[in-house]
Amino acid sequence: MSYEAHFRVWRGDIDGGALHDFTVEVNEGEVVLDIIHRIQATQAPDLAVRWNCKAGKCGSCSAEINGWPRLMCMTRMSIFSPEEIITITPLRTFPVIRDLVTDVSFNFKKAQAVPSFTPPKELQPGEYRMQQVDVERSQEFRKCIECFLCQTVCHVIRDHEENKPSFAGPRFLMRIAELDMHPLDVADRKDLAQDEHGLGYCNITKCCTEVCPEHIKITDNALIPMKERVMTRKYDPLIWLGRKIARRS
Amino acid sequence: MATGTVPGPGKARGVFSAGRAQIAEKTLRTDNWRASPIFMAVILGIFVVYSGVRLFMNDNYYAAQEHYLTPMYSPCISEACVEGSSDFGTWLPDLGTGVPIAILAFPILTLFRATCYYYRKAGWRSFLLSPQACGVPEPWKKYTGESRFPLVLANWHRYFWMGACLLLLINTFDAFKAFEGVGDGIGMGVGTVIMWVNLIALWMYSMSCHACRHILGGQLKHFSKHPVRYRIWKFISKINPKHGDWALISLFTVIATDAYIMAVSAEWISDFRFFN
Repeated sequence: MSYEAHFRVWRGDIDGGALHDFTVEVNEGEVVLDIIHRIQATQAPDLAVRWNCKAGKCGSCSAEINGWPRLMCMTRMSIFSPEEIITITPLRTFPVIRDLVTDVSFNFKKAQAVPSFTPPKELQPGEYRMQQVDVERSQEFRKCIECFLCQTVCHVIRDHEENKPSFAGPRFLMRIAELDMHPLDVADRKDLAQDEHGLGYCNITKCCTEVCPEHIKITDNALIPMKERVMTRKYDPLIWLGRKIARRS
Repeated sequence: MATGTVPGPGKARGVFSAGRAQIAEKTLRTDNWRASPIFMAVILGIFVVYSGVRLFMNDNYYAAQEHYLTPMYSPCISEACVEGSSDFGTWLPDLGTGVPIAILAFPILTLFRATCYYYRKAGWRSFLLSPQACGVPEPWKKYTGESRFPLVLANWHRYFWMGACLLLLINTFDAFKAFEGVGDGIGMGVGTVIMWVNLIALWMYSMSCHACRHILGGQLKHFSKHPVRYRIWKFISKINPKHGDWALISLFTVIATDAYIMAVSAEWISDFRFFN
């Protein structure tokens, strides 16, 4: 079944822009990215949109669809009624480049700030041995496709530009948790998570989990466990007292 | 083409910050995003008002004939407690009519729920509006989350969890005591069933807690060296995704249990006995 859908697509750049109306054909089985491509092919050939795999694995086509951060290639048109006006905007947390394309380099800088996997010094590549039960927790986080939808929806930086220098965002706090849970990682990441990457800013409102297209339980399995680890290190009064006594004796 | 008014440079913050796509609307969500935070605020508001009233009531917390003690007053350790309700001694003096008898249990349970990760989420969304819903701007100019005093103390949740577990053991004792018959022997009434449903809900809520999951296994780096704790962690990980559901279910079961015992104790209703 085909029908004509009403789309509003934001077009513009850093100097300004507006929502443009398009009436466009929709066919059964299509996703939002198909419709954007049809608009590009038939009505707005200079519409800028970033995309790559069309399979929900590259994380390129992130946008906000009716105000909700989503992958355009994984958003089926069948979830909307034919009468519904569908509004597509670029991610509203990062600087816009043009139309639906944003500058997500903030995330790459944050990624660089996370110390990489640090195995024991005595182990050489090829000598790593670990059991499945020890690594399976971290493996959930390896499903991340770096679409940065979690970064986009996180109100800590979405609503507060001034927090960007001190808050890494859920994706990279999850990366820290992944490494902290890794059986062969020996780096100390707890102080780093709290002091350098702003774990304390996270108020566990779970929007990152809600938008994750890979269904990673970011809050329950990464951020809260990391908060608990930081608690043990920095805020647990009994452990603090125990350390004081141990040092004196 | 649709256009709107984007805030000027002086007022530009959040999604209106310089460099971001200039879109006049604060949010473009079309669903009913207000419903969830309002619903939660109403539920939590009802509980706060109910428990506040009950806390200062200092009455109708023990149905002596049926041996039902409400979880809100358990353990009853004040000299002011009515006869038969103090199985764990009366080591607190009678502090007068204005002071709640449940002075020990109430703060522990309140702090346990207030610092619970699920209720923190609900509180941030429904009362502090940070954010009310995903993709909806919060109204505040500054935000530091749980990084500073006093909210950083929410990290002490594990201690309140431990306190709540001790109280839960006492609640378990109370639930067994509810099998005592009227007068003598063994008995069981509707109140017994309500107390046990409440007990199961409270245990599920407490055992699915994130701090519990961390303490009993999550803090380990090598599960393979601790197979028992790994199994415990795996079990808790299975019930942990429903922690929020248990948080709400147990909220209602506590109110229902307390209200029922209050009604029986005040003789507004009589407890239906299955056997006695």
